[in-house]
Amino acid sequence: MRARKAVVLAAVATLGAGLLAGCADDGDSDSNSSDGGSGKTTITLGLFGTMGFKEAGLYDEYMKLNPDITIKENVVERNENYYPALVNHLTTDSGLMDIQAVEVGNIAEVAKTQAAKLLDLSKHGKESDYLEWKWKQATTADGQTIGLGTDVGPMAICYRKDLFEAAGLPTDRAKVAELWSGDWEKLVDVGRDYQKNAPKGTTFMDSPGGLIQAILSSETERFYDSSGEVIYKTNPAVKAAFDLTAAAAAEDGLVGNQTQFQPAWDTTIANSKFAAMSCPPWMLGYIKGKSKPESAGKWDVAAAPKSGNWGGSFLAVPKSGKNTDEAAKLAAWLTAPEQQAKLFEVQGSFPSTPGAYEMPAVTGAKNDMTGDAPIGEIFAEAAKSSPVQVIGPKDQIIQQGLTDNGVVLVTQGKSAEEAWETAVKTIDNNLDQ
Amino acid sequence: MTTGHDTAAASPAKGGAAPGRPPAGAPETEREQRRRARLSRRWQRDVRWSPYAFVSPFFLLFLAFGLFPLVYTGWASLHQVELTAPTDMNWVGLRNYTRIFDDDFFWNAARNTLTIGVISTVPQLLMALGLAHILNYRLRASTFYRVAMLAPYATSIAAASLVFVLLFGRDYGMINWALGAVGIDNIDWQNDKWPSQIAVSTIVIWRWTGYNALIYLAAMQAIPQDLYESAALDGANRWQQFFHVTLPALRPTILFTVVVSTIGASQLFGEPLLFDANKGASGGSQHQFQTLGLYLYEQGWVNQHLGRASAIAWTMFLILIVIGIVNYVISRRLRASG
Repeated sequence: MRARKAVVLAAVATLGAGLLAGCADDGDSDSNSSDGGSGKTTITLGLFGTMGFKEAGLYDEYMKLNPDITIKENVVERNENYYPALVNHLTTDSGLMDIQAVEVGNIAEVAKTQAAKLLDLSKHGKESDYLEWKWKQATTADGQTIGLGTDVGPMAICYRKDLFEAAGLPTDRAKVAELWSGDWEKLVDVGRDYQKNAPKGTTFMDSPGGLIQAILSSETERFYDSSGEVIYKTNPAVKAAFDLTAAAAAEDGLVGNQTQFQPAWDTTIANSKFAAMSCPPWMLGYIKGKSKPESAGKWDVAAAPKSGNWGGSFLAVPKSGKNTDEAAKLAAWLTAPEQQAKLFEVQGSFPSTPGAYEMPAVTGAKNDMTGDAPIGEIFAEAAKSSPVQVIGPKDQIIQQGLTDNGVVLVTQGKSAEEAWETAVKTIDNNLDQ
Repeated sequence: MTTGHDTAAASPAKGGAAPGRPPAGAPETEREQRRRARLSRRWQRDVRWSPYAFVSPFFLLFLAFGLFPLVYTGWASLHQVELTAPTDMNWVGLRNYTRIFDDDFFWNAARNTLTIGVISTVPQLLMALGLAHILNYRLRASTFYRVAMLAPYATSIAAASLVFVLLFGRDYGMINWALGAVGIDNIDWQNDKWPSQIAVSTIVIWRWTGYNALIYLAAMQAIPQDLYESAALDGANRWQQFFHVTLPALRPTILFTVVVSTIGASQLFGEPLLFDANKGASGGSQHQFQTLGLYLYEQGWVNQHLGRASAIAWTMFLILIVIGIVNYVISRRLRASG
């Protein structure tokens, strides 16, 4: 009997110890493996989506340069899943990787609420290397830079040369850009011209979400004013963007009734169902991934009516890491101009460092989908002329409300006014603490 | 465990007679007595406390992962608190609860939960009953059918929902393609209210029907065969046998599955979350299939309002308790009448 008791106690004790160990393990799984015998320092990165460092061979290169460093990455597919976990980990200061990526839609919130948990990287990265607005986005009011920019998303318009030609529009990228230069209304007008002779079954643009995203990204102020107040409801630029998109979406043949990044939208890319789309550099990679082989070379890139920015990320280093110095060094190296140029060449993530724009990897960049279009130069021009946009902590929630609960409703038969009211109601409820 | 009685019987020997020479057969020194007493105390403690030690793992885990979160959620629901700074709490009393009363999104979610619950649970249990009845006959390869019925249940919700999203696609989905073949126009399964709720329910039905059918089948096999024989002798056909023998005998089982399905339906989360093309938690562009679970998740993890989310969680908890009481009352009535 006593023996049995001992066994049970031992089992309970092991179970308990296992649980405790399980909890404890969490904290230092990202630490160095000093007892591994190799003497190597492991640096872990928490990333989302396809950021491409690994694909571009940057880890291998860094490990070759620094033989005592091992790099491991942990990738979550979608930022919607990645970001809540990141916030959770930051607030509890546990379970963090040595380097954590932050999306531009979240950077203002992280800078505002989590700066105390993050390393000041202004001593590690060189401010003069980066686009001014990119550096500012990750810098707090008291001058702490919490993240180094990896890439930006200077916006252009990608269009199908074959469909434009069939509809009787010019196909030369300079002429196309001239058609709508300076005004988003003109872009919609070009759409109306397209519609007159459009090849059957195609629309001018793909989705209301893509259009409103492009228009809003070219505004200096959209959802917040420079003092940090929420102004999306009263900002005439936001309402104008909404109304223009809604008007275009309501006209049959101008804007397809798709939601971006869902499987049905992918299918419209594969089937060449639309002629133009808002197009940051990373979108070319997406188009390439979803297109059929015969679409290769049929796309081209023209400057957008007004330059804007869609997307981009930052690398931040949590203070709780065990190798913050090494991590900061790696983050600075990964985001330095040379590496960003390589990343663009392989992955299509556009550099946030103007120095890279002169490098052959960027100037000579080509994409299978756009043939010999000098995409590096086009996007570099857009990046330099993008406005220094005011970004706020809840930008993502507002943007999502405007598109997913707003303009998309117009394609489902609601009036622009109803759609706006639904969007506002949803956003206000989501912002209300 | 009779040790307690043994030592209790031995103790009078200690007190009575003067400590003379211990009997030759059982030499008991004082040391020996102390040892026995110590052992006896230890056994008594053992008998008394060991059971608690044995059940303690459950209670410790329950305290850590059940009770504490419950209480803490209640505490958080009385505050304005954001996920970005969970320690920074701002007392607001019952405000999070009172505003639920005029929160259109909450009531919309509650209505959706109810309607999706009904259109998924009712057909599901009826179909399960029918399937169980069929499987209860002697069939060739019956084990195969039984295992096959459980296959959807073993599939992960995520995988299943993703496939259903493709099937229910508006432009390129297989279901609309099939409907088109018989002349029905494309249905927007994502964005129209009833189609989207039916689509979400379909995922639930697909997943749980087999599971419930197996429960019914088990209960059916416990019904004595003589009942059917005598019913047959009285001239009842199979349909009448089902109605007058099988169904009454299954009443407790049906009640059990209704309770379990109701609780499952009120917590519906994964299917509508994954069915949303925007990969958000708003349950469609007009919140047309946002359930309470999804709304709670949206407030807490997307919008980062922990206080509001906690209040929603507690309100859901109270609703579940009410449902539980209603079920209890109904089942007592049924039992009394049966």
